[in-house]
Amino acid sequence: MKTTLLLLLLFASPALALQPDEILQDNVLEERARVISKELRCLVCQNQSIDDSDAPLARDLRLLVRERLQTGETDDEVIKFVVDRYGDFVLLRPPVKASTLALWISPVALLLLGIFIFLTWFRKQTQNVPVKVKPLSSEETAKLQAALKKDDS
Amino acid sequence: MFARVTFLPLAVVFAVSVLFAIYLWQVGPGGKDISTLPSAMIDKPVPDFDLAPIQGRQSGLKSGDLKSGISLVNVWASWCPPCRVEHPYLMDLAERGVTIYGINYRDKPSDALRFLRNLGDPYKQIGADTTGRVSIDWGIYGYPETFLVDQTGRIRYRHVGPISPQVIETILNPLMDKIAKK
Repeated sequence: MKTTLLLLLLFASPALALQPDEILQDNVLEERARVISKELRCLVCQNQSIDDSDAPLARDLRLLVRERLQTGETDDEVIKFVVDRYGDFVLLRPPVKASTLALWISPVALLLLGIFIFLTWFRKQTQNVPVKVKPLSSEETAKLQAALKKDDS
Repeated sequence: MFARVTFLPLAVVFAVSVLFAIYLWQVGPGGKDISTLPSAMIDKPVPDFDLAPIQGRQSGLKSGDLKSGISLVNVWASWCPPCRVEHPYLMDLAERGVTIYGINYRDKPSDALRFLRNLGDPYKQIGADTTGRVSIDWGIYGYPETFLVDQTGRIRYRHVGPISPQVIETILNPLMDKIAKK
């Protein structure tokens, strides 16, 4: 019994937000719809795509995407249609433009800065700094000799 | 040498902390609302639509209706609690002579009619968006939402969530005055 249950668990997959009645007959169109849906943010739950979300608005948007694909629009045209209404925020991958430049550049810039700081520090650590040594004073020499002599005896 | 090695990382941490502090101040005491998304529709003409009335009422709502004067377009549903919260303020606005149009979002006609019967009807005309499709054209994602539309049918302001006396005083009234003077 236990083994059967465990075996069954192997086949468990997370429930889809996508409902059977939404799926298109045409496999190619359906596949494109899935790809587009994964790129579009559900504005009600904000960190899920409309493909993942159970919100009614996400369902409406999934249906809209499929409808527009069926009218023969390209993927870009469908995405533009949604962006025109909801703005860039609806895209889970923000586009590169002047207002989002900081977002795209800062990770790379911070990484480079980190590498620079590390290398500077690393070089300092491994550099052979010539050690300037003061010669022993006559007093110290005498002390040293005495100690060595004591050791010998 | 000691000074140079430690100064750079410290300066970076300091700069980042200042940025965070500014942002935190903006969302805290500064009153910046980060849950509201910027609307893609501001300064655009209202989308083309033609909605039937709520079953059992006379007039629906279409885009042409919004070009006869300054008006508010309020998206509401009887099942939406914040819509009940803002409803008295809509009634006040309507009493003052502000034209308010309604888009009834995914509602049962009987529920919507009961809502209006019990709480009052501030709307000049209401269109019933039973499929939610027109709301998508307006870029709506939360309920209620209120749009300020000028006499040329252009969207001038959008408020997400219930409107409050504060929103009316500080944003809607000044903006309506400004548009009316032009």
